[in-house]
Amino acid sequence: MNKQDTNWLYTISPKKKLIDLNFKEIWRYRDLLFLFVKRDIITQYKQTILGPLWYFIQPLFTSVIFTLIFNNLAAIPTGNGIPSFLFNLAGITSWNYFSSCLTGTSDTFKANQGIFGKVYFPRVITPLSVVFSNLIKFGIQLLVFTFFYIYFVFFTDSAYSALPQFSLLLLPVLVAFMGLFGLGFGMVISSMTTKYRDLTFLVSFGVQLLMYASAVMYPLSYFQEKIPEYSWIIEYNPMATIIELFRYMTLGVGDFLFSRFLYAGIVSVVFFLVGLVIFNKTEKSFIDTV
Amino acid sequence: MGNKDIILKAENISKQYRLGLVGTGTISHDLNRWWSKIRGKEDPYLKVGESNDRSTKGNSEYVWALQDINFEVKRGEVLGIIGKNGAGKSTLLKILSKVTGPTTGEIKTRGRIASLLEVGTGFHGEMTGRENVYLNGAILGMTKKEIASKIDEIIEFSGCQRYIDTPVKRYSSGMTVRLAFAVAAFLEPEILVIDEVLAVGDAEFQKKAIGKMQDISRGEGRTVLFVSHNMAAVKNLCTRAIVLQQGRIVFDGGQNESVDYYFSNTREINKNYVLLNDAHRRKSRSKESILKSVKLISKESLLNKVIELEIVLKTINFVNNMVCVTGTICNSKEEILGSFFSDSFRLHKGEMKINLTILNSNLALGEYYMNFSISKGRFRENNLEMLDNVYEAIGFDVFNEINLEGGNTYKWDNSWGNFHFKSIIKQENN
Repeated sequence: MNKQDTNWLYTISPKKKLIDLNFKEIWRYRDLLFLFVKRDIITQYKQTILGPLWYFIQPLFTSVIFTLIFNNLAAIPTGNGIPSFLFNLAGITSWNYFSSCLTGTSDTFKANQGIFGKVYFPRVITPLSVVFSNLIKFGIQLLVFTFFYIYFVFFTDSAYSALPQFSLLLLPVLVAFMGLFGLGFGMVISSMTTKYRDLTFLVSFGVQLLMYASAVMYPLSYFQEKIPEYSWIIEYNPMATIIELFRYMTLGVGDFLFSRFLYAGIVSVVFFLVGLVIFNKTEKSFIDTV
Repeated sequence: MGNKDIILKAENISKQYRLGLVGTGTISHDLNRWWSKIRGKEDPYLKVGESNDRSTKGNSEYVWALQDINFEVKRGEVLGIIGKNGAGKSTLLKILSKVTGPTTGEIKTRGRIASLLEVGTGFHGEMTGRENVYLNGAILGMTKKEIASKIDEIIEFSGCQRYIDTPVKRYSSGMTVRLAFAVAAFLEPEILVIDEVLAVGDAEFQKKAIGKMQDISRGEGRTVLFVSHNMAAVKNLCTRAIVLQQGRIVFDGGQNESVDYYFSNTREINKNYVLLNDAHRRKSRSKESILKSVKLISKESLLNKVIELEIVLKTINFVNNMVCVTGTICNSKEEILGSFFSDSFRLHKGEMKINLTILNSNLALGEYYMNFSISKGRFRENNLEMLDNVYEAIGFDVFNEINLEGGNTYKWDNSWGNFHFKSIIKQENN
């Protein structure tokens, strides 16, 4: 009798452990992750004329506008003879990845209410799929960046000092930091929006504000020079650090401090873990709250 | 008969909901709950709460949707779960399929549970039928390899071969349902949870679906938990059934006994005056005009007399249009005996009282109830369009006058049907 009682495959119970992640289960659902990514990619630009060209248009146009406004009009120097267009493109490409991960995961529960209310699968699959489909978009946008990079370096004289640094080898790690940070942050917000709807409004507006604090269209050193009393805001912002590092690796502007790299890494991983715990807690009860 | 045959066991399952705006509590309740948790005390809000009866207004903000549910399911059994709206069926299924957690108690299983709570979950209109089969299969827990090995069977079963590479948004709703059911039918979990899928699709497909479910349980020996309002399907498919009432199991037994119990004991339909609410509706009401209340005026619906009703309508933005009130009369076994269609009349803004008289032709002694709807258009022009539809709105009894006064007893046996036809004998005198 007792022997049989221990024989159960699994138990559904109300007890909530702090971290109740079943990695085996997530692994079993890996095909679902893949299919979600595929769905996101193929359905996004269905019935549009330009289709996947939108992947290129958005960062290119933004860079052109930024160059006009911030560099030509406001005369923010990009330093070291780097064409400001290339400088902006680098910032926007990396910022886009982070912000699309954040906004994409931040409404996980609200957007998937219908399906979450009917079928069980490990909920983490949904935000993960957002991060992966954005990674593909990021890859495409990185190609655009590479294209312009090659053009400026080899076919014009304007980018004489743009040199990829040895630390470029760390780029995949940096991208992982961005993804983890966006995912973690997004999971925290998505969990909290199930109860407090105000956050939804905060996200779209907050992400925009955060961009200005993330050294996307100016170098960190210029901000430190101009507004030194507030520059700590930018310095402690992990995204600013990540974007600075991205530009250093690809263009050789700014400087590379290993401590900053480590800081960005630690903050991203902590955000990711905190997000995961909160998400996990919300997962079980949210359907009664929404 | 050992313990080993039991594939699923529910122990003391309870589920508490908080009524009102926010689902499980406000910040102050959250804090209070957290504080008592820290001190190692019991959740203070678990003590309050009353059983879930939507018709009486409770004092507490907390309500038990399920209370002390205990049952066991054996391997290969098809368990029906029946009960009126709001009895807790869906909540139980949600807990079984892990969509929401129980407040107390636990469920132990020896097999994977897959649920089919509503077909077509996760279908994406822009993707083709084939892509959706893969996606839906994966959502339901299949791996890509499993789906790939069954895709031909699935497509054939659905009967959508011709459109399989067309985006699903171009499908008719019937086709979508067929495809979705086909995916689910080829799932291979040890335990399958099904809720009301048979309510859709044409008769031919329903037959196919019932057949497939019988194969699943009998032929392949899998366990099925089946929730339905369709008592005929429950009798047909299940080997056992439990009856839920106000969040508790009130009967557990063979499918026929359970259905009988359900009909005779759990349905309470008011026979006097009913304020209609969303519990009477199976579809959401329209924004134009709704049925608000029904009152039975003829208190004693005697044999061969009229049934008089007073119905209040509330019109929001459909003023000055022609509508008619229609309805069906059902017996206590939920069989529809017949329908009535009123003449058309013009709607006024706001609340509007109408009197409806139905000639009770030959209804035999017994208990009956009515469903009502209000529709645009005219019955005679065949252009009725439903605005609001309420089920089990009001009940009435038909009994004999003489019976009341204690004179001759007039009995009517259920097996004689629901109509007492008048018969006249003419005798020829020689």
